[in-house]
Amino acid sequence: MKILVCVTSVPDTTTKITFTDNNTKFNKAGVQFITGPYDDYALARAVELKEKLGGTVTVLNVGEADTEPVIRKCLAIGADDAIRVNADPTDAFFVAEQIAAIAKENKYDLILMGRESIDYNGGQVHGIVGELLGMPSISPVMQLDIDGDTARIVREIEGGKESLEAKLPLVLGCQEPIAEWKIPNMRGIMTARTKPLKVVEPTSKDTLTNVSGYELPAPRGNVKMIPADQVETLIQLLRTEAKVI
Amino acid sequence: MVSEIVENQVDTTQLIAQSVRELSERLIRPNVRQWDEEQHFPADLFRHLGEQGLLGMLVPTEYGGTGLGYREYVTAIAELARVDGSVGLSMAAHNSLCTNHILLFGNETQKQTYLPRLATGEWIGAWGLTEPNTGSDAGNMRTTAVRVGDEWVLNGAKNFITHGKTGHVAVVIARTGEPNTSRNATAFIVERGTPGFQGGRKEDKLGMRASETAEMLFEDCRIPDSQRLGEVGDGFVQSLKVLDGGRISIAALSLGIAQGAYEAALQYAQERRQFGQPIASFQAIAFKLADLATDIEASRLLTFQAADLKDQGKTTTKESAMAKLFASETAVKVANEAVQIFGGYGYVKDFPVEKFYRDAKLCTIGEGTSEIQKLVISRQILK
Ligand SMILES: Cc1cc2nc3c(=O)[nH]c(=O)nc-3n(C[C@H](O)[C@H](O)[C@H](O)COP(=O)(O)OP(=O)(O)OC[C@H]3O[C@@H](n4cnc5c(N)ncnc54)[C@H](O)[C@@H]3O)c2cc1C
Ligand SMILES: Cc1cc2nc3c(=O)[nH]c(=O)nc-3n(C[C@H](O)[C@H](O)[C@H](O)COP(=O)(O)OP(=O)(O)OC[C@H]3O[C@@H](n4cnc5c(N)ncnc54)[C@H](O)[C@@H]3O)c2cc1C
Repeated sequence: MKILVCVTSVPDTTTKITFTDNNTKFNKAGVQFITGPYDDYALARAVELKEKLGGTVTVLNVGEADTEPVIRKCLAIGADDAIRVNADPTDAFFVAEQIAAIAKENKYDLILMGRESIDYNGGQVHGIVGELLGMPSISPVMQLDIDGDTARIVREIEGGKESLEAKLPLVLGCQEPIAEWKIPNMRGIMTARTKPLKVVEPTSKDTLTNVSGYELPAPRGNVKMIPADQVETLIQLLRTEAKVI
Repeated sequence: MVSEIVENQVDTTQLIAQSVRELSERLIRPNVRQWDEEQHFPADLFRHLGEQGLLGMLVPTEYGGTGLGYREYVTAIAELARVDGSVGLSMAAHNSLCTNHILLFGNETQKQTYLPRLATGEWIGAWGLTEPNTGSDAGNMRTTAVRVGDEWVLNGAKNFITHGKTGHVAVVIARTGEPNTSRNATAFIVERGTPGFQGGRKEDKLGMRASETAEMLFEDCRIPDSQRLGEVGDGFVQSLKVLDGGRISIAALSLGIAQGAYEAALQYAQERRQFGQPIASFQAIAFKLADLATDIEASRLLTFQAADLKDQGKTTTKESAMAKLFASETAVKVANEAVQIFGGYGYVKDFPVEKFYRDAKLCTIGEGTSEIQKLVISRQILK
């Protein structure tokens, strides 16, 4: 079983978001980066499958050198080797093209991704990669078992679940509870030091989209407490001040 | 495509810090208050810390440890203590005192027998030097070990021993010579369940309440000579060497507590508004934060300096004592000021700083009080 896991390096969930360059660029200064949480689940399941069925797990990131701490954490969790496509990943199609190029060269049985990145939340890279490789792509996958060349999958759908079967190779977008959350242990951290991390240049540099501006939601206003026995006041304020009724 | 293999050498400590922080936030933070209130020693968590490789950090891999150095070790303790000082203390005592004593002075059989169990967390270790009447003056201990044929018979009591009750194995220092003579103590390995050895009263403490502190009682406890660590008469000298390393771990514990208290205060000072502005905008509060941040940085430098020297195989008696003295006094100061910055909210249990305040005080007492650290330092500089 040859598994490729695509991971993002994203701002920690508690980051205070600011922009530079006239609100067209996210300001990375002082930001702590983490592995995308959905990608973490994808990797954790890949490592579990490898432990059960044998094989290899390769992690792939499209990003510049500053994403390497995140890649190393993935190696410490149990991936065997890593590839970094050396480019600023500025749109989903570009990222998908890079992933597809690596996949064409290496013939993976499974390509696991997160259901979505938690920075730009596009939720489209797995779909595009599936298209480029001519493989089924399924998301969001919350359960995954492999039986020979068949994957048994449970997917979350609006208000319920869908059980599917599909032949490998496949591209999957993963989410919890597909695997148990893993934190690197000391042994993993030590062995990660000698695992190979290959840096390759992108196949193309063209991006199809261009950001013209970002905008943050308006700051939350102060809370006004209305005593429980003054419902009239509450209704009046909802009408005149909040203007929601 | 051009490709190159980059050397995958990173600052491992950074990855360790991140991982232990993640573990602390997920597995420890949600339980901190309950464990503190119930004085619950989280044995399950310790098994997990063992699986993560945190209970045999200094133990070479051939004995089941992770074979890391002090730099990595202090990084891990500080991250645990940043969330819960008790867990940091227990982890430090297990690694630095019991396990390290066997690692440094055990023979091959003893190392093969005990280190793999201790390093994986299958067994929790205790280390008994202190007695009710001899704390700082540990050289005058009253617990005795008398040789009878191929056995030693232990009698006496140790108190304030971390994991004194739940520890599966203890390194015990007992007097084997006449009182007030040199080389009169010897170290032994005693397993729980050995007839004549039992855990006594568990202390009800001000802080560090999730770390078990208890008596160990010996009444005609017979152990074979094969359980002796090193030479007869070397027990006290061995202990001082064990403490040279142990004190670096208490410095790291102090650093973590200070960091945790400071982070809480820093955040609160920016959120709490009085007189229409965040209290951090008052210079009295801002300067306090500046002082705390500076002291913490100094603690960090002293702690990592001692750790690095230890990793280079140097004797660190002075540097360990300096790091422990400064970092522990800093922890007490930072926790105290953090409570002040929180005002009344700092005094209640819904906020984290009152616990840091209670926990921090142990650091100026355990593994040698601040006064004893000054004694150690002054003897080194006045030689
Ligand atoms: C409008 C826009 C502007 C952007 N600007 C920047 C920028 O200025 N700087 C910058 O660094 N990035 C930028 N990004 C890139 C972003 O970080 C993503 O890497 C990439 O665009 C895919 O985003 P997505 O939200 O569509 O991913 P999704 O489709 O939500 O991601 C699904 C899964 O695909 C995989 N995946 C996604 N991205 C990568 C990747 N880079 N490497 C490996 N696997 C991946 C992961 O498994 C992920 O969980 C931008 C993205 C967008 C949409
Ligand atoms: C939570 C906790 C965990 C512990 N864990 C362990 C453990 O695992 N194993 C273990 O062996 N011990 C352990 N200890 C014991 C600890 O090491 C002792 O409490 C410490 O060494 C101080 O000894 P004492 O309490 O007897 O104080 P004392 O020695 O009685 O000191 C009282 C005061 O007198 C001062 N003093 C004493 N002598 C001098 C001097 N010569 N000059 C100046 N001042 C002096 C001290 O600084 C202190 O202020 C633990 C203690 C606690 C509270």
